[in-house]
Amino acid sequence: MIPELKIALAILLLPLASFVLLIFFGKRFMDKAGHIGAAFLGLDLILALFTFGSRMGTEGKWDFTFTWIDFHTMVNNVPLKIDIGMMVDNLTAVMLVVVTLISFLVHLFSLAYMKGDIRYSRYYANLGIFTFSMLGIVLTNNYLLMYVFWELVGLSSYLLIGHWYEKKSASDASKKAFIVNRVGDLGFFIGIMIVWMQFSTLTFDGIFGAIGTGVIPFDSNTWLTAAGLLIFCGAVGKSAQFPLHVWLPDAMEGPTPVSALIHAATMVAAGVYLVARTFPMLTADALMVIAYTGAITAFIAASIAIVQNDIKKILAYSTVSQLGYMVMGLGVGAYSAGVMHLVTHAAFKAGLFLASGSVIHAMHNALHHQHDHHTDAQDVRNMGGLKSKMPFTFWTMLIFTLAISGVPLTSGFLSKDEILAGTLAFSHFTGHSIIPIIGFLVAGLTAFYMFRMLILTFMGEHQDKQRYDHVHESPFVMTVPLMVLAALSFFFFFSLNPISASHGWFFEKMTYPTVVVPAAAAATPTEEFVEEVHHQHTMAMVLSVGVSGLGILLAFVTYFWKKISADAFEKTLKPLHTFLYNKWYFDELYDATAVAAMMGIAKVLSWFDGAIVDGIVNGAGWLAKLVSNISSKFDSYVVDGAVNFIAYFAGLLGLSLRKVQTGKVQTYMILAIIGLMVLMAMYM
Amino acid sequence: MTITLTHFLIVSAILFSFGIYAVISRRNAIMVLMGIELILNSANINFLAFSRFGGMNIEGQMAAVFVIILAAAEAAVALAIVLNIYKRFHTVNVDEISFLKD
Amino acid sequence: MYEIIFYFFAAVTIGSAGVVVFSRNIVYSAFALFFTFFGVAGIYVLLNADFLAVTQLLIYVGGILVLILFGVMLTTNTVSVDIKAKSLNTLPAVSVVAALAGLLAGMIWTTDWFMSKNMSEITAQTTSKEIGSALITTHLLPFEVASVVLLVAIVGAAMMARRESVKTQISNSK
Repeated sequence: MIPELKIALAILLLPLASFVLLIFFGKRFMDKAGHIGAAFLGLDLILALFTFGSRMGTEGKWDFTFTWIDFHTMVNNVPLKIDIGMMVDNLTAVMLVVVTLISFLVHLFSLAYMKGDIRYSRYYANLGIFTFSMLGIVLTNNYLLMYVFWELVGLSSYLLIGHWYEKKSASDASKKAFIVNRVGDLGFFIGIMIVWMQFSTLTFDGIFGAIGTGVIPFDSNTWLTAAGLLIFCGAVGKSAQFPLHVWLPDAMEGPTPVSALIHAATMVAAGVYLVARTFPMLTADALMVIAYTGAITAFIAASIAIVQNDIKKILAYSTVSQLGYMVMGLGVGAYSAGVMHLVTHAAFKAGLFLASGSVIHAMHNALHHQHDHHTDAQDVRNMGGLKSKMPFTFWTMLIFTLAISGVPLTSGFLSKDEILAGTLAFSHFTGHSIIPIIGFLVAGLTAFYMFRMLILTFMGEHQDKQRYDHVHESPFVMTVPLMVLAALSFFFFFSLNPISASHGWFFEKMTYPTVVVPAAAAATPTEEFVEEVHHQHTMAMVLSVGVSGLGILLAFVTYFWKKISADAFEKTLKPLHTFLYNKWYFDELYDATAVAAMMGIAKVLSWFDGAIVDGIVNGAGWLAKLVSNISSKFDSYVVDGAVNFIAYFAGLLGLSLRKVQTGKVQTYMILAIIGLMVLMAMYM
Repeated sequence: MTITLTHFLIVSAILFSFGIYAVISRRNAIMVLMGIELILNSANINFLAFSRFGGMNIEGQMAAVFVIILAAAEAAVALAIVLNIYKRFHTVNVDEISFLKD
Repeated sequence: MYEIIFYFFAAVTIGSAGVVVFSRNIVYSAFALFFTFFGVAGIYVLLNADFLAVTQLLIYVGGILVLILFGVMLTTNTVSVDIKAKSLNTLPAVSVVAALAGLLAGMIWTTDWFMSKNMSEITAQTTSKEIGSALITTHLLPFEVASVVLLVAIVGAAMMARRESVKTQISNSK
């Protein structure tokens, strides 16, 4: 194992150490638990930055594989053994920095946000195990360990969402997140099994190498597509893609910094990461499905986000929408753009969540001062005018909003632009022009609803004067992470050219992986695709700036200058509004189908149990009663006579044998041994 | 004279008889436990001897491994019981504890 | 050489087992038990079971014997010199055990034991690897069950040893 990988291993294990320390001794540290967790993560971040720096200067990748279990047998002329290991390539190095950075900032932010929480040390311990599992996902070089860490991420997100488990909605949300994730993971698991059946290895190199030499599952491209799509199922669950997106908005019941960490930057990015890792073995058909899934998700979530009033719900749906964007980007073949959007989005969306946390924190304190426990601290309609009260929060949030809306000079503009150019190229090659249309539509919608949120929160007038006086800017530890993330939302961290990312360091280091799918089933070759993206780039840029500008303008016209009455629109489009407000009735749909089907099956089984099984049992009982009535007559006269006699005889015998029962165990033992000897003598 | 299976079996039989003697004749419950340990050891010798001379090298050893595991569990639980008995009756002499009679 | 070693270990085992069983002083018995376990470990080595021999030393000598010594110390009232552990019903016990030993010996002599053909030479081969692989392949289920048994034993022993003390604590505090 080379020294660089040892450092990577240290990066992986530090958060675990933090978890172990805090889960066992957390109570002892009292309110120092947070500082300890943050110190561990700070060290972790330094190591990750170091790894990132040394990684970017080299070619290829660092890999360490060893045989975990060797069964010493051959299956299909391939030795049956399980190889596991870890690797660091450019994608991993970037993800390491993203995960540790966001995690560190969240640790910092939570120092103030979670102060005085009843399970303060537990919270930090859970953050530790979550970071550990997430780093595990990006560091492994095989599907087996990835699946293990995948489940660990699911578990730790369950723990974090349900942090305030006394609240029914929080414990329900954590269960929902876990169960919905399991649905996707089942597909992932089946996909892994198909791969294992065919290749007898689970390492990425082994699988892609075998496919590259023409070995594909069951000699059929369809099976390769199926394997790819089943693995993608895992991503659908974790990255909250349609139709499994329903858990993410509910997961906002967790503490807000957790939402920033899990539901914005890392856990949900795991699905996108999985698709990026699996990219070389995805066929054209699989990519098509992935692209459409992403597009549908992006559109549905954006449409819901427009009408939500809870600040965290808006951000949650915008996350789902942006995740759909990334998946769509990967699906159309724009690998680097999808990954880049993952990174840029992690920064500005974590920032948005933390800023909203700062707002909620301030609102909460203000409401607490007033002894008002009924007003919702997260409802944007109760906010307004916070701009002058919370300047740091406002200015950073403005930067994040600009970034997510895709305004030039921001990081979001670069990555979004590349994805949109990718969709245009995709439609050029395949003729599916609906994908770019959805892409641009969602870009406009995003700009609109994000600015709606910003305007309602920070501008205009605050309704309650007294409450307004009690609102204060959050403490330093909360605003510093915001400023760091705001700085990272500018273009120059990703590309020196503010209008195109394709010559920046990110695109140069994050090269397209070699696609190994047989030519007959493969998507457009990378070189042709990249060439076409360059042609479409200017058009994509102009269009995307246009729709974003339009969206922002519309938001200002409607909510700032109030030239258009939102309420009037709401009234005229009442059915549509209700439909969107209720999230397209997805929860109700699942309640009516999947949950109802489960309940139905349970009811049928219960009826079967009650009617058939019990009927048989009751019938047997009735029959038995009849027989026993007859036999009881026989019993009482004939049998009882005999029994009484035997009992009398036995009593007589017992009286004489009673003396043997001394109550001393050892006497019994002697008798038992004598019995044993009799048996031995019989068989000799 | 070469050492055959019979030699080992005789050693184990003697050990077994000693163990049985301790179990049935000693008053102290801890002595009884020691006797049980002797019996388990003699059984283990038998397992190993049969597997060695019967030509199935590993199977008998596996059985012996599990016997040792159970012996460890048994010793822990039995001593906990003995301690409880001591707390309750202030003696560990098995002949004085004859509640089974009633 | 093999014979000499065998007889040595057999003598150690049986002699110390005799001390264990017939000694009047329970502390002597406990110490003699150490030699018995040691002798049995030696016999294991002669039977090609090196892993088990080491396990025997570790678990019996290191674990069970220490437990028994603790038991002796905790349950014997050392002040009143009642370390002597008397025997009871000696006569029936001796006769029964003598008869049992006779029967066993007779059985061992008369039985025509099945003998493997290729056992004549003793192979000096370590068995720990085979035991290890057998534990996670053919004997996986018993292995897992054994782990559960150990867990239950730990929990049970802890429960039993603790319950009484909790009760006394409560009564003391009242």
